[in-house]
Amino acid sequence: MTALPPFQALLDEHAADVMAVLRGAVGRTDADDCFQETFLAALRAYPKLSDDGNLRGWLLTIAHRKAIDHHRADGMRPLPVAEPEELAGTTAEPELDAGVWELVGALPPKQRAAVALRYACDLPHAEIAAALGCSPDAARRSLHEGIKRLRKELA
Amino acid sequence: MKKSLQQLANRAAEEGLLDVAYTTVDSPFGPLLVAATPQGLVKISFPATYDTDETLQGLAAQISPRVLEAPAELDDVRRQLDLYFEGKLHEFDLPLDWQLSKGFRRRALRAIDRIPYGKTRSYTEIARSAGNERAVRAAGTACGANPIPIVVPCHRVLRSGGALGGYGGGLPMKEALLELEGVLGGQR
Repeated sequence: MTALPPFQALLDEHAADVMAVLRGAVGRTDADDCFQETFLAALRAYPKLSDDGNLRGWLLTIAHRKAIDHHRADGMRPLPVAEPEELAGTTAEPELDAGVWELVGALPPKQRAAVALRYACDLPHAEIAAALGCSPDAARRSLHEGIKRLRKELA
Repeated sequence: MKKSLQQLANRAAEEGLLDVAYTTVDSPFGPLLVAATPQGLVKISFPATYDTDETLQGLAAQISPRVLEAPAELDDVRRQLDLYFEGKLHEFDLPLDWQLSKGFRRRALRAIDRIPYGKTRSYTEIARSAGNERAVRAAGTACGANPIPIVVPCHRVLRSGGALGGYGGGLPMKEALLELEGVLGGQR
């Protein structure tokens, strides 16, 4: 096992991406709170982290949980989520493009959340529905509308 | 983003999650990298010789990987170093964390820490204070390995004949510090 890098190195490399994803997932106003929660949770767990192969994936997994916590706190149904340690190294890395996430952040809330949970956090439709407290069909519709709108703006 | 990161460092410190705080402090010799744990000042790196990544990686491995840039945590260190370099502060009043030094080296560095401003000691005297008069070479090594130079004043340790000996920050820096403290009196 290689030694864990100083936590500051994670911030230097990934803080901007985590912030962009969270802006997409919960909107600009609440992104900072989720950002703080994400990195405090990461900092808490960090010394005991055994797999440092995919620190970026690990951070984005925590960010996804905090985004879901946020939606849940908004009165949504709870959703069981695995501990980040178990997912570290196995999470697919979303392709991040800060410009696109800026546009995602400008979508209406439901669409914005659906797009972020799907593409930043890699959640299946059923879990997006659970996180947003709507039916899977409604989640699929929000996602579809969101993507359609993004396509139009990117075209 | 800068504000978010600052807030994160503050909250990490409040919640006991900031094991090593670091920042850079300007000095007449160039920027110093300084680091502190909740126990106290643990590391000062010389301007000419340090590599930031390497130093931080070392702190992460030796102390804790919870290493964050947190200038606010080092305000007092910065203030006292500034005053010292201006010649306005003769005695640092800072809690120190000695964990990076062990055994004889730590004893030698604690002896060095007791040398008053503007005074010097020989490597032999330091070896004696650390409990082994014959370990002169080891006393020299302890100076060279001093993790908290300037504040723990290894620049006040000279050869028995009065020759400067060595210095991790380079001999011109050792000379300049001794001049600042009025030891060399500019006669060199």
